[in-house]
Amino acid sequence: MSGSGRRITDEEINELVSKLQSLLPESRRRNTGRASASKLLKETCSYIKSLHREVDGLSDRLSGLMATMDSNSPQADIIRSLLRS
Amino acid sequence: MDSKSSACSSPNPNPTLGPSKLMLAFRFLRALSLVRRTTPASSRTCRGRRIERAAYASMAYTAGASRAWSRAVLRRLHHRARRRAVAPRRLSTTAGNRAEALRRLVPGGGGMDYCTLLEETADYIKCLSMQVELMQGIVDSASSYGP
Repeated sequence: MSGSGRRITDEEINELVSKLQSLLPESRRRNTGRASASKLLKETCSYIKSLHREVDGLSDRLSGLMATMDSNSPQADIIRSLLRS
Repeated sequence: MDSKSSACSSPNPNPTLGPSKLMLAFRFLRALSLVRRTTPASSRTCRGRRIERAAYASMAYTAGASRAWSRAVLRRLHHRARRRAVAPRRLSTTAGNRAEALRRLVPGGGGMDYCTLLEETADYIKCLSMQVELMQGIVDSASSYGP
């Protein structure tokens, strides 16, 4: 898969890196500004790690809530409220 | 997931409940139901881990087989027997060691060329944050139902 023979231009890399920057939340984007690619990648890594932690934490919370949730009706309501947003 | 659009497109300021968010929601909620029905009520931690796996599975299935990261996630989930977090990788000199830390964080990142890695990272981040948003929404809704 790697080394496909297609020459990747610096411009393409820069575009992809700036796309990554646009995906960072506002606070993290402020940290990087017109930063180097390597600083941006570092911030991206930090962001991914924090997202992983959030999934971990939210899974734990859902587990706890599940223990207290009633049968059918609340779930139907949750689905409905999600569809409304 | 739409993928090959312009690399410099600005982020959507008003994310509506598009088709992929809806699919993600249905998949994840269905998986949550299953977890609730099949996990003993006593094991909160075990249930938490199952929910976490359901989250990554829903993400990966919704992203589809066209993404290297989603294929890697599903491979990892289906071969859960090997509990090692990071398997030793052979990084070819062509793929290089650029962005080594990023390669370890993005599923399947080890064997990609740098360009693909950046594209996969962008898609992975979009899906991850969508998943987090979904889970947070469910937690908020469920929390408001209290005795």
